[in-house]
Amino acid sequence: MTSSMMIFYLLAALLVLSSLMVVFQRNVVHCAMALVAALFLIAILFVTLQAAMVGVLQILVYAGAIMVLFLFVIMLLNPTALEPRRGLSWGFGMLVALLLAGALAALVSHNEAPADPFAATELFGAPESLAKSLFTDFVLPFEIASVLLLIAIVGAVVLAKREHN
Amino acid sequence: MTDVNLVPLLPATQVLLTALVVLLLDLFYQEGEKGLLAWVSLLGLALCAGETLFLWGSQESAFGDAVMLDNFALFFTQIFLGAAALTILSSVHYIRQAEIHEGEFYALVLFATTGMILMAAAKDLIVFFLALETMSIAVYILTGIWRASGRSSEAAMKYFLMGAFATGFLLYGIALIYGATGSTHLNEISNYLIESPEDWPPYLIGGALLLLVGFAFKVGAVPFHFWVPDVYEGAPTPVTGFMSVAVKAAAFAAWARILMHQLAPLDSDWAFPLWVLAIITMTLGNLLAISQASVKRMLAYSSIAHAGYLLVALVVGEEWGGLPLLFYLLTYAFMAFGAFAVITALAETEQSPEDYRDFSGLGFKHPFLGMAMTLFMLSLAGFPPLAGFAGKFYVFRSAVLSGHLALAIIGVLNSLLSVIYYLRVIVAMYMEEGGAEGKSFRQAPYLYIAIGLAALGTLYLGILPARALEWSRVAFLSLD
Amino acid sequence: MIVDIGIIALKAFLVLFMVLNLAGVLGWIERKGSALMQDRIGANRASILGFAGMGLINTLVADPIKFLTKEDFIPPRGDKFLHTLAPCMALFPALVTFAVIPFGDTLQIGERVINLQVANLNIGILYVFAMGSLGVYGIVIGAWASNNKFSLLGGVRGSAQMISYEVAMGLSVIGILMVYGTLELQEIARGQGTLIREFLPESWRFLKSAIGWLPAWGIFLQPLAFLLFFTAAVAETKRVPFDLPEGESEIVAGYHVEYSGGKFLMFFAGEFAEIVTAAALMTTLFFGGWQVPYLLRDGFHFPWGASWLLPHLAVVLLQVGAFAVKVVFFCWLQILLRWSVPRFRYDQVMRLGWKMLLPLALFNVIVTALVIVAVQ
Repeated sequence: MTSSMMIFYLLAALLVLSSLMVVFQRNVVHCAMALVAALFLIAILFVTLQAAMVGVLQILVYAGAIMVLFLFVIMLLNPTALEPRRGLSWGFGMLVALLLAGALAALVSHNEAPADPFAATELFGAPESLAKSLFTDFVLPFEIASVLLLIAIVGAVVLAKREHN
Repeated sequence: MTDVNLVPLLPATQVLLTALVVLLLDLFYQEGEKGLLAWVSLLGLALCAGETLFLWGSQESAFGDAVMLDNFALFFTQIFLGAAALTILSSVHYIRQAEIHEGEFYALVLFATTGMILMAAAKDLIVFFLALETMSIAVYILTGIWRASGRSSEAAMKYFLMGAFATGFLLYGIALIYGATGSTHLNEISNYLIESPEDWPPYLIGGALLLLVGFAFKVGAVPFHFWVPDVYEGAPTPVTGFMSVAVKAAAFAAWARILMHQLAPLDSDWAFPLWVLAIITMTLGNLLAISQASVKRMLAYSSIAHAGYLLVALVVGEEWGGLPLLFYLLTYAFMAFGAFAVITALAETEQSPEDYRDFSGLGFKHPFLGMAMTLFMLSLAGFPPLAGFAGKFYVFRSAVLSGHLALAIIGVLNSLLSVIYYLRVIVAMYMEEGGAEGKSFRQAPYLYIAIGLAALGTLYLGILPARALEWSRVAFLSLD
Repeated sequence: MIVDIGIIALKAFLVLFMVLNLAGVLGWIERKGSALMQDRIGANRASILGFAGMGLINTLVADPIKFLTKEDFIPPRGDKFLHTLAPCMALFPALVTFAVIPFGDTLQIGERVINLQVANLNIGILYVFAMGSLGVYGIVIGAWASNNKFSLLGGVRGSAQMISYEVAMGLSVIGILMVYGTLELQEIARGQGTLIREFLPESWRFLKSAIGWLPAWGIFLQPLAFLLFFTAAVAETKRVPFDLPEGESEIVAGYHVEYSGGKFLMFFAGEFAEIVTAAALMTTLFFGGWQVPYLLRDGFHFPWGASWLLPHLAVVLLQVGAFAVKVVFFCWLQILLRWSVPRFRYDQVMRLGWKMLLPLALFNVIVTALVIVAVQ
C-alpha cells in the first residue's frame, strides 16, 4: 500500500464517519457541523486528486457560504423543533439507501476503474484550463447563469424587502 | 478569436434587454406612474415578434451547437411572446389593484420568457437546464409576488419546493446521461445512441427515465401533479394564466426536442411508462376537476387533463405526434389563457371570487365576458368549430393512425367527461343570478382587449386551422 | 525525500512560530498603544524584579499563566462539545492561511533551491479566501454553543458582517489578479519586482518618464483596490471600527461573552493572528511582498543606472527582513485604528459593505480591464 493510498483510506474513513454523523446526530447544529466536516474532507480528496481548484471552490462555496446560511437558519429557528422524527420516512429512506448502495456495488464490480484516474493533461483542474473552458465552450451557460442570478436577486428583493407604508 | 454567431440568440436577447430596461426604468418612476413600463414591455415583445417572423425559416446554430434557431424554436418563441404579451395586458389593472410592484412584475414576466425561448432552442443539456431554471425561478417569484395575499406566498413556497424537487430529478438524469454518453450535447448523445445500439449502460435508461420524471413534474402530469391545483389557485390570476400556457408550452417544447426527437432511440424504454402516464393524467385530471367548487381550481385540474391529451401526442411518437403536439399547444394557449383572463376580470380582493356561484349571472351583467367565457369553455371541452376541437381532433387522429386505438378511445371518453364541468360554468353564467360584480370595459380596458384577442384566436384556429397546421408541420420538420 | 519533508516542516514551524509570537506581541502593543493614546502608562505591572523586557514578560509569561490558570467555564445549558470546538475553529483559518504567503524569494543552498513559502499552490489566493470563509464558523458556533442571547446576537452580526465583506474583499483583489495575471501569491510577489515602465506601452512616453521609475507594486497599479481591500480586511478581523460582533457597549462581548481561560485566549490569539494574516496579505498583494525596491537577485539596480551587487545570502536576508518590516508596519497600522476612528452603527456597516465597497470594487474591475485593453 502506497502512502497516497493510505491517505485516501484515512480520508475516506473520516468522510464516511462524518457523513454518518450528519444522518444520525440528533442535534441539528451537530448535523450541520458534521456536514461542514464532510465537505471539507471531500475538498481534501479533490486536492489529493490534483484538482486543488475544485477542492478550494468546494470549501469556498459549500462550506464557506451555503453551510453558513444553513446554520443561520437553524439558529434563528428553534433547533429542537427541527429534530428529525424517525418513522415511516426513516424506513423508506433506509430502503432507498440500500437500493442505491446495491446499484453502486453492482456498477463498481462490473466496471473496471480506468488505469489513470487523472486526466491526461497536467493542466487538468488548473485555473487556466477552467477559465478557458468557461469562457469558450461554456460561455453561453455562463452568461445564462448570470441572468439566473440576477433574477434570483430581483426576486429576493421583491419578496423580502420591507414595505414602507 | 473565432466568429461567434449571435443570430440564434437574437430573440432571447431582445426580451432580456427589454426586461433590463424595464427594471432600470422602474427606478425613475414613482408608484402610480408606472403605466409606461407595461408599454415598454409590450414594445420589446413586439420587436421580438417581428424579429422572429423575419428569422422564420432560418436554421442557425451557435456556441458549438449549444443553441439552435430553427422553425421549431421560432414557433414556440411566438407562443411565448404571445402569452407574455397577453399576460402583461391582462395584468395592468390587476397588479395595480393588488398593489404588486409593477416594474418587477413585468421584468419577471420578461425574464421568464427569456428562459422559455432559450429552452425551446437549447441543443445542449446544460443550456437547457439553465434556461429551465431561469424560467422556473422567475415564475416562482411571480407566484408569490402578491405579498399581501397569504395564499400567494403559500403557493410560491409549494411551487418552489416541488419545483426544486423536480429540478433535482432533471439534473440527476442529465448527470447520468452525461456519464453514459460522455457529452451533454444532444447531437452527440443521439449519435452515440445511433452508433452503439443496444449496447447502452443501464444507467443511461435510468437517466432518461429521471428526465421523464422531471418533465412530468414540470407539465404537472399525474402522479406528479400535486402542486398544480394549489399553485394555480394561489398565484395571482394573470400569472396562473401565464403558467398554464407558457410554462407548459416551454416544458413540452423541451420535451419534444430532447426526449421525443433527439433521444428517440430510447423510445421503447419509456413508451409504456409514458402510455400509463398519459392515461392516468387525462382520467384523474378530469375526474378531480368535476368535484371542484372553485373555477380556478377546476381549471387547474383541467390543465392537468390537457397535459394528458398532450402526452398522448408524445406517446404516439415523432412521426405522427409532432404536428398535433405543436398545434394543440397553440390552440390551448388561447383558450386556457382566455379562461384565466375572465377570472381576472372577476377578481376584486384576496378572497377573489372564483367559485361557480361567483359566475352566476355574468352572462347578463357583462355580456362580453359571458360570451368569451362560453367560447373558452366550449373550446376547452372540445366542441366544434372551436380551437379545442381542432387540437383534440388532430391528437386523437394521430393516435388512431399510429395504432394507439385504446389511447384514442380513452381520450375521447375523457373529453366527453370534461363537458360536465365546463358546462357548469356556462350554466352558472346564464341560468343563475347573483354572483360577483366583475369589471366593466371602462374599468379594465386592456384586460378586455386581452380577452378579445384570446377569443379571436380560439375562433380563428377552430374555423381556419389550415395555416396554423402548416406552421406546426414546418416547425416540427425543422428539427434535425 | 526525507530532507524535503524536513524542510517543509521546518518552514511550517517557523511560520507558525512567528505568527503566534507576533500575535502575542501585538496583544501587548495594543494595550500599550491604547494607554499611549489615552495618556496613561498602561500594562506596566508584569515584570520580574523590575525587568519588563519591552513587554516580553507580559506576552510570554504573565498573559499565558493568567489565561491558562483561570477556570474554564462552560454555560450549563450550553453545548459542551461545540463550546470547546469553536475557539479552535476561530484560530485554525487564521493560521493555515499563512501556508501560501511567500516570505522571500528562493534560497539557494548548494544544489538545493528552497522556495521561501510553505506551500506553492497554483490557486494561492483562492485558498486564502476559502480558508478565510471558514473563519465564520468559530464565531457562529461559539455564539450558539454559549446559549446566551448576547453571544447569539454577536454571532449573527459577525457572520453577516464577515460574509458581506468577503464579497467585497474577493472582488477588490480581482484587479490585482488581472494586472499580474496569476493566482499564485509567489508569482504576484515576483511580478512586483519590475518597474512600472515595463507595464506601459512605448507610446505613453510622458507617463513613462513621470512614474516609470516606480516599482510595479500593487499600491501604484491598484490604489483603489488597496483601499477597498484594507477596509474589508479590517472588517473581516472584526476590529474597531467594525467591532459590532463584540460590541462591548451593547452586547457585552458578543460571541465570546461566555468564554474564559484558555479558550478565550484562543479567540484572542485568533483575532491577532488574523491581523497578522491580513497584514501579510496587504504586503504581498499591494506592497511588493518580500521585494525591496530595485533589489534584484544579484543586488541593487537603480533606475538611473547605478548598481550595487550583493551576495545571495544578503539578498535573501534583505528580502525576508523587508517582508517582516512591512508586515509589522501593517499590523501597527491596524492597531492604530482602534482609538483613531469611531465605530459604525450596524446598518452603516452593512451599507458600507454592500453599497460602497462592492460597487467600487466592481468599478475597479471594469476600469482595470479597460486600461489593460488600452495598454495592449
